[in-house]
Amino acid sequence: MIRYLVCIWMLSGPVIAQEADAHFVSDVAIDPTDIVVRSTTDIGVLTPALDAFVGIYPDISITYEQWGSNALYADSRAACDGQIPTADAVLSSGVHQMVDLVNRACAHPYTSDITRGLSTARVWRNELWGITLEPAVIIYNTALVPADDAPHTRFALLDLMRRAESPYRGKIATYDVEASGLGFLFAFMDSLEATTFGGLLEGFARTNAVATCCSAEIIDGVAKGEYLIAYNVLGSYLSSTPRENIGVIHPEDYTLLLSRAYMIPKTATNKDGAAILLDFLLSPQGQDILAAGNLVQRRDDDTTLLSESAQRTIAIDPKLLVAMDRHRRSRFVGQWRSTFGALPEGGFLSAP
Amino acid sequence: MPTVDQPPKLAQRSLLSRVMIGVLSLLAIGGCIVSLAAFAYGKNAARQSYDRLLVGAANDIAESINIIDGAAIADIPVSAFGLLSLALDDRIAYAVRGPDGALLTGYETALPPEGAARRQADPFYFDSTLQGEPSRFVTVVRRFSERDYSGTVSVTVGQTLRARNAMAIDLTKGALVITGIAGIALILSAYLVIRSAMRPLERMASELLARDPYDLTPMQADGPAEVAVMTDAMNRFMQRLDRQIGAMKHLISDTAHQLRTPVAAIRAQAELAIEDDTEHQPQRLERLLRRTRSLGNLLDQMLSRALVIHRTDNAPPEPVDLRDIALQVLDDCDPELLAPGVEVDLIITDAPVIVMADEVSVTEAGKNMLTNALQHGKAPIRIGVSTSPTQSELWVEDAGKGPPHDVLSRIGGRFERSAASQGNSAGLGLSIVHAVAQAFNGSVNMGTTETGFRVTLTLPTQNEDNT
Repeated sequence: MIRYLVCIWMLSGPVIAQEADAHFVSDVAIDPTDIVVRSTTDIGVLTPALDAFVGIYPDISITYEQWGSNALYADSRAACDGQIPTADAVLSSGVHQMVDLVNRACAHPYTSDITRGLSTARVWRNELWGITLEPAVIIYNTALVPADDAPHTRFALLDLMRRAESPYRGKIATYDVEASGLGFLFAFMDSLEATTFGGLLEGFARTNAVATCCSAEIIDGVAKGEYLIAYNVLGSYLSSTPRENIGVIHPEDYTLLLSRAYMIPKTATNKDGAAILLDFLLSPQGQDILAAGNLVQRRDDDTTLLSESAQRTIAIDPKLLVAMDRHRRSRFVGQWRSTFGALPEGGFLSAP
Repeated sequence: MPTVDQPPKLAQRSLLSRVMIGVLSLLAIGGCIVSLAAFAYGKNAARQSYDRLLVGAANDIAESINIIDGAAIADIPVSAFGLLSLALDDRIAYAVRGPDGALLTGYETALPPEGAARRQADPFYFDSTLQGEPSRFVTVVRRFSERDYSGTVSVTVGQTLRARNAMAIDLTKGALVITGIAGIALILSAYLVIRSAMRPLERMASELLARDPYDLTPMQADGPAEVAVMTDAMNRFMQRLDRQIGAMKHLISDTAHQLRTPVAAIRAQAELAIEDDTEHQPQRLERLLRRTRSLGNLLDQMLSRALVIHRTDNAPPEPVDLRDIALQVLDDCDPELLAPGVEVDLIITDAPVIVMADEVSVTEAGKNMLTNALQHGKAPIRIGVSTSPTQSELWVEDAGKGPPHDVLSRIGGRFERSAASQGNSAGLGLSIVHAVAQAFNGSVNMGTTETGFRVTLTLPTQNEDNT
């Protein structure tokens, strides 16, 4: 009933940051108005929700562009200054970048009964809304990692990495903070949340851990046994590429929960359409579809038995601006690079 | 005159509504002043509270600056932004600048005005805008004198005003709710107080409305002083009206009663005179003349009594010399006519005898006293004036013993004719004297003295220093 077209460009280099795009339009649509959505989320993950959306609103079609978070931030900054045409909606996992955009007055305010129902941690200034609720998890290859070794807390992971003759040497992966906006955010929040971060960096250094760019690559690596354990992987990506031999751990000391941030740029041409899409994504129906795609972790979820205090939602508020600070960032990246070594020449093949 | 131009509706508005409108407009003006003051206060309070957050954040950032390899590096603490994000929905700008004003980290938009960094005044607040939105900024300066770095680093932090404005409006609203409740309470109590203050007036009004138009009895004079004055004045007015109406009634009924008989008698005499033979005619005419003269006297006395009562109510009392009155009485009465051959002596003092009275009324009284003496008394007859510091007297005395005791007790009423009056007196004389005495706070005394019977009109002396 719904047809959509996916083009995957897989071009190397960060110059052209748009990685893929897709067009969602209803079968019964007659001359629909189009909204351009730029997002860091994989097309496949959001496809059910967008299909449902154009099914309900046949007079709206969606041009969905998938971007890397850093590129999307740069693109939105430029659009905000009026240099280039803008998207109608921006949805990014680089929440700190989105907060920065809103702080630079790049966003258009919108309120509805649905947005008013959001908790304060998931909305800022009525210009930025948290659509999803996704945990940052530890994954491991169930075939190669003994059940006793599977680290259920960061302390366990630390202990694992401190073993003298660790079989995990060179087999632990995580996001690179420079290549991935999301990876930076998770690492930065870790550095704020607990003192374990210093120990983790030291452990990563000791075990020659690998910092790489992308969720898909990390998950594939773990599935193939290239990596045994991956730290701070966005849990939602696992559902889009289900693997039998991957174990998922919600760290019991604390689990970061990310809300992908949705913004309507102030220069958007179809703000109304973007607002309708926002209301749909936040509506019970939209949230149900997202939950089915593992994008919204429900409080009463049986698969995670985490206490309330262990669930740390990354609040969408100005405190995230600290992550954007030049000095703070360069210091943090410096610390990171001293652990993982220099960024590969020319960056990673594909941005996150 | 502006009052003339006022529409009648305004003039008829009740006192209560006037006072209430006054009180309401006073309260409205007061309410406006309180609202403005509350808003100014709320704004000031919000500014102070959020300025403290701002300077707290700026100090946090300033504290985090370290000199590393000859460069100032800020390790922006999350707590600084935690402070700022207490203003939930406000955008933030911050900048750390070196000695030359170059941006070290933060936003270019947080730019202190020229010379602010040199000002050293710590902390330095200023108002500016963030992407067109009005904002408040603060700059604090930290000085370094390290081996490899010397100079000042300024930290500027700013935020938009949403939270401030919301807090100011909140505070104002709170104050206004209280003010509003107090205002309503004031209006209610003002209404009740004014109502109760107006109640005597309302009672008076309803009493007057319910009153029979012919009822001239005094009204109840209780209530507040202002109302009592009005009631009192109205009662005095009604008393006077009552007296005048009484006098008028008396005059009419007297005229009806007293004139009917003499007129009938005159008519009978006249008819007899026409029918009688010529021999008896002179006799008849003689009777007719006597009757006519008696009727004339009666009319004179009735009118003079009416005049006296009218004047005592209407002519204001003025200083009168009783000696002049005595002379006037003697001149007017013409004793030769009433009682031929009777001598009348005048006994007056050298000093003036002044009383507060109406000259015409007192003269009329004196004339009646003298006429009575001339008609009923025995010669010699004396008219005189005597005085004391408190009382002055006009008296008439004859040598007789006066009327019998039982007559004396009845004398002075209207139409109380004695047997001695011989039919040509109306019996009004002493009643006029009584009326005059009553009108000017005096009295009438009758009694025998060593030399005869004396009728005295006593009035209070008007001392010259009292005038």
